[in-house]
Formats: sequence, structure tokens, C-alpha cells
Amino acid sequence: MSNIETIQKPPLDPHLKALENEAIFIFREIAAEFENPVMLYSVGKDSSVLLHLARKAFYPGKIPFPLLHVNTGWKFAEMIEFRDRIIKEYELDLISFTNPRGPNENITPFTHGSSVYTDIMKTQALRMALDAGKYDAAFGGARRDEEASRAKERIYSFRTPDHRWDPRNQRPELWSIYNGMIKKGESVRAFPISNWTEANVWRYIREENIPIVPLYFAKKRPVIERDGMLILAEDKRLEVAANEDIQHIDVRFRTLGCFPLSGAIRSTATNIDEVIEEIDVATVSERQGRAIDKDQSSSMEMKKREGYF
Amino acid sequence: MTVSNLAKKRLVTKSKPQQLAPLRFITCGSVDDGKSTLIGRLLWDTKAVKQDQAERLHKDSQKGKGGLNLPEFALLLDGLQAEREQGITIDVAYRYFSTPKRTFIVADTPGHEQYTRNMATGASTADLAVLLIDARIGILEQTKRHAMIASMMGISQFILAINKIDLTDYDRQNFEKITTEFNKFALSLGITDITAIPLCALKGENVVEKASDTMGWYDGPSLLETLELATVRSKQSVGFRMPVQRVCRPNESFRGYQGSVAGGAVKPGDSVVILPSGRPANVTKIVTFDLVRNAAVAGDAITLVLDRHVDVGRGDVISSIEARPATGFHFDANVIALCENGIESGKRYWLKSSSRRQRVMVEPFSAIDLKSGQWQDIGSDIDSLALNNIGKVRLNFEEIAIFDSYQENRDTGSFILIDPDNNNTIAGGMITGQTKDVVKIGDFNKDEEVVVLALSPKLAKKLQNSEVFAAIKDDVKQITTTRSKFNKLI
Repeated sequence: MSNIETIQKPPLDPHLKALENEAIFIFREIAAEFENPVMLYSVGKDSSVLLHLARKAFYPGKIPFPLLHVNTGWKFAEMIEFRDRIIKEYELDLISFTNPRGPNENITPFTHGSSVYTDIMKTQALRMALDAGKYDAAFGGARRDEEASRAKERIYSFRTPDHRWDPRNQRPELWSIYNGMIKKGESVRAFPISNWTEANVWRYIREENIPIVPLYFAKKRPVIERDGMLILAEDKRLEVAANEDIQHIDVRFRTLGCFPLSGAIRSTATNIDEVIEEIDVATVSERQGRAIDKDQSSSMEMKKREGYF
Repeated sequence: MTVSNLAKKRLVTKSKPQQLAPLRFITCGSVDDGKSTLIGRLLWDTKAVKQDQAERLHKDSQKGKGGLNLPEFALLLDGLQAEREQGITIDVAYRYFSTPKRTFIVADTPGHEQYTRNMATGASTADLAVLLIDARIGILEQTKRHAMIASMMGISQFILAINKIDLTDYDRQNFEKITTEFNKFALSLGITDITAIPLCALKGENVVEKASDTMGWYDGPSLLETLELATVRSKQSVGFRMPVQRVCRPNESFRGYQGSVAGGAVKPGDSVVILPSGRPANVTKIVTFDLVRNAAVAGDAITLVLDRHVDVGRGDVISSIEARPATGFHFDANVIALCENGIESGKRYWLKSSSRRQRVMVEPFSAIDLKSGQWQDIGSDIDSLALNNIGKVRLNFEEIAIFDSYQENRDTGSFILIDPDNNNTIAGGMITGQTKDVVKIGDFNKDEEVVVLALSPKLAKKLQNSEVFAAIKDDVKQITTTRSKFNKLI
């Protein structure tokens, strides 16, 4: 890694530079104004960008807060390998949290359906992890262009002591002056890459050589087709029905989450330039492969009100 | 893919440079003027809406409006459940789209007076305002209020989008009447850069494409053409400023000050002054993650290393010596009240500007009358500024404050007020100037004894850079002149 950073890089595109500057400013504000921040790290591409920006913000110092991975236990195996490699390489402080109800009550995406499972293993788990650490600020890699209710979110998103978001009463947020004043027990979720689009994220990953999970690049992988979704068939816990064929086809993932809920897309984009080209002409949005957004029109807003990041 | 593969790959590919800087704009105006529909239309026609989003849009639309069998574009923007239910915009939504010529960041802001605070949020970072007017109704008080807020927040380019023109049978005279009335009002605010466009957002007429068949009489640009040619706010060029966000001390040997350059530029070797202490120092290094830089300009997030141990903390401003921001206890400002209780005179608020937070008392002395657009003095019996009102106030600080005027520097001239009782952001403000009619540390009594020293520039500089001088600099009056003029003076 270190040899890469010494290469003299050409200057960033001015738009990407402005987005980077904005994110660094937000990281530093939160670190200065809050007592106990934490960074949510989901191992995906947006988290990878967020981590890179955090390293930049505090350089030559270390990142002055831990990373929190809410692990459902159903993440892609390659994500966990990648996570552990990055944590070691950058000497980061990682907290991995799994809601004990998962293993104890055998709550799985197959048995409980995506909305119950997501609520317990992601939303509830996140709330439990934040309470356990008494964090007063949590960085997240959410972007406004991802989803309609996210487009409404402030950079500092205020949460009540029980982690609720009240979209109708958000604090005005003028210029780049952020109001970080909260009472004990309250917290903010801070989103340094709010103004980035999916295309910005990919171009930044390319320009900055940010390592990402290889699942984002196409390769022949075993998949089954279920409810219109291509599910990776590498995990022994996936029960393949008699009428489901395992096909070996060129696929990649546009977003990564729990393997039973993140659909692959057919693709031959094996490197970052090809991925960018593919996204430029894509006719569907990146969250299209996500099962959890589709339950109802306002499902993301409802989850966010409950405390989902 | 391994990291080294990525590194090799990037040497052969170059990203296409953007020809124009991204434009940030807002849409504003009164309720039901069709703001969300207009942006929905822009997103739709510039193909920013993806297939799965379009399918959902069709699912959510109830048959489409006016029998046109079009999706309800507003649903692309009104992402909150309450907004969909009520068919109104409550909060500002940020959206991103691009054309081959340019990238756009658009803030769709609410029209309801109740949600004016969210409109102000959108306006604070915008380069241009699209002001919507319903062609059948014309200019309303809320239209004026939005124009005034946008103008006060430094937006100088306006597009007057006269919408629903189809419902007036594309009446040219009516269009011109509204335009003339607005121009007259705008002139009183000092707004001169106005492009008026007749359009129908729902049908997409004059939005992206010109509608020459229905509005042959209009020979101006379409909305998108105007947006593509608009300019962005220029970066402030006054002296170097960097509000310090935090001190970085990873080990004994390194001490750096982290912040974003809020104006001007800096390079190693530059002499700077720390405010409010007034202590001077020299910049030895500009550190960033990528490399040690030989210069930094406005906007850059950097770490500065100075040549000496001086007391610098969060909230201090590192500034160029020659062009400093004003420091003092009293400033004047324009404010907009964003909270139910308004702004109360005599209450101690928190004021946050850049990374500096301090106590302040606010004294409102005039407010804008929205009907006439004129400033009116606030009577001595009224001592507060009500919600959504725009006023002129005096800020009285307990500790020294540091500001530029908003006109000179948007970053160091803007602030928010926070209510200490509930931590809400209750106002946004823009510094207009420093109040001069108060006794400053440097002012002398008429009969007080003064000592006049005449020094060579070299010696003076040496003295100015000393710690002793730094501590008393506010008590010293400096004049630079020639030897012959000085002789005449005494």
C-alpha cells in the first residue's frame, strides 16, 4: 500500500476534489465536536471510500475513532476476508457486532423474510451496538442519490435517544456550518459523502486506487436464479431446491450486503474502467438488486425512522 | 483485483475533464407552482431516472395528471411519506443530473411558508435560483420572500420560470406583464441578472427542448440551455484564511493545524497571524495525505505546520497578515429567523461560524416588510424577530469575534444561531459590517500621552514579529509613510 501512496498522482478532477474536501471537513468537525464518535463500516464500496477519506482527514495522525461493522452473519465470505485484510493493513480499530438473537433464535433471511430479518439483524443490531458503545456520533456512507428518502437527509442527521429520525423536523443546515449540539443520550448520524453519486464514487475509487472487495468485478461465479434475483451459490447454508440449477456465469455485484439478499448482475466488467463504462450506460439504479428496498414505496424511510442508518 | 493492477490500469486511462464547474441551483416559489414537477421533468428528460425508478413512479402515480398519461414527476422528489400523502414538498431534496456539458446539483425547496427554513437551507449553497411562478396567478408574497432570501444569501442569477403557461393559452402579454412586474421588484433588491422563460413543466415545453410550435413568439433559451451557461460563484479572493478545526499531534515531533482554506491561498514561507491572539508565525509546511504541497487554495482541506510554538486551538483563524478579517465585540448582520419562537432580543444564544462557537446577544433593529420590500424599523415595544422574517440585527459578543463581511467571504461571513435551551438552529445570518461606534482597545483618550516611534521598514517588521509586540498590537497605531511626509507631520 505504502508504495502506491508515494507515486506522484495527477490532480483530481475539480468536482471530485471539491467532494473530497467537503467530506474531510465533515470528518474533522465531528471528531472535534463529539466525545465518542464511531464510523459505520459495511465493507462495501461506499464504506471503502469513506475509510479512505477518514485516513486523509486525520493524516498524519491515525483515525481517532473505531470502525463498527454490524455483521449479520450472512455477509459474503469474500467481504469478511477483505475486511480483515484492510483492518490489519491500515492498523484500524474494528468492532464487529452481531445481534445475539440471530444465532440464538436462528433468525435467517430464508426463514423470517427480508423485512423481519433486516429489522432484527440490521436495524436492531445497529441500535444495540451504538447503545453499547455510548457513541454520540456515527459516520455513515449513505448518499442522497441512492434513494428518495435519503435525498431529504441532512449531513448531520439528528437522532433521539431511541435512535429515531424525524424527517419532518430536521434542523436547518445552512452553508457548511453544522450544528453539533445535542443533549445527553441523543446522537447524530453524519454523512460525509451525502453529495456523491454512484458515478463519483467509482471515479474516485479509480483515481485514488482504493482497494475494494473483488465481488464488484465480473468473474464466472456459481449462481441460482430465485424470484428474479441471481443469488451467489457459494455458501453451504444456501439450500438449493431441486428445480433450481446452479449456473456458472459471468456476474458481478453492484451493491454488497447479505448474500441471500444482494442480487448479482450479469456482467463482463472485470476491471474498474469497464465497471465505470457499464454504469454510465446502465438503465437501472444501483439499489435495484436490493431486496430490502422493495417491500413498500416508503420502506427505506420507515426503516430509517426506526433507526436504520 | 489487486491494488497494483489498479495502479497500472490508471496510468493508461484518464478521466474526461469536465468543461464547466458543476452548477448548484435551487427551485423556489410559492406552493403548487410546480417546482417538484419541473425538477422531475429535468431528471426525466436528461435520463437521470433509471428504469426501475420509472417503474415505481408509474406504480405510485394515480393514472397520471390531466389525462396526459404522464407519470407524476413530483413523486421523484417528494421522497417522504408525508409529502406523498399531502402532495406537497416539506423538506429540501437534493438531486444530481448531468448533460454532456455540465453536472448539476439541484435543491428542490418547499413552497409553504411554514417550511421557509428549508428553502433557506437550499439557498445557502446555491449559485442560481429558479423562481417558479404560476402564469395564472402571477407574483405572490411568497415569491418575493424567496427572491429576497435568495438575493440576501448571495445568489445573483435568477431564472424566472413562468409555469403552467399552457393554462393561459400561451398568452404572451400575460407573460410580459409578470416579467415586468418582477423586474421592477428585483431592481429594488439589486438583482439584475434575470432570464424569464415561459414554460410548461408537465408537458416539458421550454424545459429541455424549445417549444417553438406552441410558443413561437418566445425566442430566448430553454431552461436547460440557461442552466448550462450559468456561472458559478467565484471563489473569494481576499486574504488567506483558515479557521482551525482541530490540532493534529500524532507524536511529540509533529504539530499541525487542520482546517479548510476559506479564502485566498497559502504557501510555505508565508507569514501569517493567529486570530484573535494576534500572534504572528510563518508557515513551514502544508501537509496532505497525498504529498507535501507547495500551495493550497480556497476550498482545500489541509494541515498547516508553523515555525514556532504558538497557542492555536479550535475556533482560531489563521490569516494572512496584510488582509485580515475584522475582530471585535460588535457586528451587524442580516438574519433570517428559522424557528417558531423567532429571535428574542436579550437572550444569550450560541453563534457558530466556521469552527468557532461563542455566546452572543442579538439586538434586532429593522425588518423587511414583504409587501413593499422596504426595511422598516422595529419599534422599541417589539423586541423579537418572528419566524421566517428577515431582519437587520446587531450582534454583541462576550468574547472577541472574527468575521469578514458575507459579501467578501461567504465562509467567514456566515453564521448560525443555536438556542441553548433546545439546541435547535434558529437563524442563519450574514455579516454586513463591523459596528464602529464602540470603544475599541486601540482608541485613545484625547489627553492620554502617546509615544511616536519612527522606524525603518526592516526594523518595524522585526518588531512586529516579536511576541512582545503581538500581545499589545491592538494598542498600537501604525502608519507607513515617507521620510519627508513624516517630517512635515511632526
